[in-house]
Amino acid sequence: MSSKENAIEVEGLVVHRGGRPVLGSITFSVQRGSVTGLLGPSGSGKTTLMRSIVGVQKIRSGRITVLGQPAGSAPLRNSVGYMTQAPSVYGDLTVRENARYFGSLHGASHWAADRAVADVGLGEAAGQVVNTLSGGQRARASLACALLARPSVLVLDEPTVGQDPVLRAELWQRFHDLADEGVTLLVSSHVMDEAARCDRLLLIRDGSLIADDSPEGVRRASGTQDLDEAFLRLVVESRGKGRA
Amino acid sequence: MSPRVTLRTAGRVLRQLRHDPRTVALMLGVPVLLITLLRFVFDARPETFDRVGLMMLGIIPFMTMFLVTSVAMLRERTTGTLERLLTTPMNKLDLLVGYGIAFAVAAAAQSAVTSATAYGLLGLDTGASPLLVGVIAIATAILGMAIGLLTSAFASSEFQAVQFMPLVVMPQTMLCGLITPRDAMADWLRVISDLMPLTYAVEALTDASEHGGATDLMWRDVGIILAAALAALCLGALTLRRRSS
Ligand SMILES: Nc1ncnc2c1ncn2[C@@H]1O[C@H](COP(=O)(O)OP(=O)(O)OP(=O)(O)O)[C@@H](O)[C@H]1O
Ligand SMILES: [Mg+2]
Repeated sequence: MSSKENAIEVEGLVVHRGGRPVLGSITFSVQRGSVTGLLGPSGSGKTTLMRSIVGVQKIRSGRITVLGQPAGSAPLRNSVGYMTQAPSVYGDLTVRENARYFGSLHGASHWAADRAVADVGLGEAAGQVVNTLSGGQRARASLACALLARPSVLVLDEPTVGQDPVLRAELWQRFHDLADEGVTLLVSSHVMDEAARCDRLLLIRDGSLIADDSPEGVRRASGTQDLDEAFLRLVVESRGKGRA
Repeated sequence: MSPRVTLRTAGRVLRQLRHDPRTVALMLGVPVLLITLLRFVFDARPETFDRVGLMMLGIIPFMTMFLVTSVAMLRERTTGTLERLLTTPMNKLDLLVGYGIAFAVAAAAQSAVTSATAYGLLGLDTGASPLLVGVIAIATAILGMAIGLLTSAFASSEFQAVQFMPLVVMPQTMLCGLITPRDAMADWLRVISDLMPLTYAVEALTDASEHGGATDLMWRDVGIILAAALAALCLGALTLRRRSS
């Protein structure tokens, strides 16, 4: 494997949480400048995998390399952006104050912070205290703060949950624009029409990788054009294998 | 460490306070209420009010900042903002010192309001100048902040965090010489009180007041208070773990 082409390389990753295995020996790599979708049933380990990649998760064994450096190492903190599943912004500050503060940690100007807020469609609500925002707005405030890191690798845990279709389409357009600029994105999702927008898909179930392919490849392997159906088939199939 | 990030963090913490006017009102108003109450409790014994009121000016900032910081830091841990901060280039010290600066500013405001009431309206009379008392009050506030940061690591909910108040603050208040002079205590208890940082705040205030100004003992005590705060901050830094299970 060449780390020139791959932004993220995961080898034999094992993670235990609460005394039981949550990820069991996962291996894959993510190409630079691509949008990779991370899909899987609830509780399958998507968040745990993302936490491991940004280096906030204790791991049992395995090796994770991001941009050629061990995950979570100090030089990466300037180049990896992470949006947690639950919005992690200060509820008692306004959207603008949050963005300006998190931006300042990366040396972003006030102007850049205000633009990031406008970019996620919160221009009107910039002066509003986060606690008074709707759930979807709060998620976008959190996303704006992650984008401000101007990262080379962006790890987004369900960034579009609770957003309307128009906004979702806009956000995905933005993800692809970033990828065109060379940013590597790993995005988890439950929504299949989003899976179709990814360059590459990773499907995990019960902590194991059951597919690592392009959307087209996933369709072909499962023998159906409908991604929803394709995932159902893959999940059911892997369950059968697990029992055998 | 980056001074810019430290100051931004202090600014952010103060901004959070500003969005919560009720907390600010309580922070500034409750000490005024307490010191006023004390004045009339000792209505017939003004010299006792002078002694106890002076000590209260040092103890109140410790209590307030302990409580406010432990809850603020706990929130930072439970809402995921701490985890987010630790994935950025920010140094842990930037965060801790940022908190320290913010709450020192808050303590200075609180101290100013309380002292103005005590000296201006209630006739508190101490040998030490209000300014010197303010310096000691800010030192104890920083101590309260540092211990609050540390104990927040041992709480997983706000309920637990406030329960640390009777555990951490009450024994120190009882043993620091506020209730009774320390010579009147059992010997073994005085040894314990020697180990409690708040004791030195009371000693510094009393000594400065008795000698009508700053003394060597007072500066030594302020040094001990700040050293204890530094120790608590360092222990607190160890509890800010980048990786969790
Ligand atoms: N702090 C924790 N302690 C113990 N077990 C945990 C902890 N967090 C998560 N788990 C367990 O780890 C497994 C994977 O959780 P994870 O959050 O990674 O799932 P997920 O795929 O992100 O789910 P969702 O789609 O619902 O967000 C789950 O079975 C969950 O119960
Ligand atoms: Mg999740």
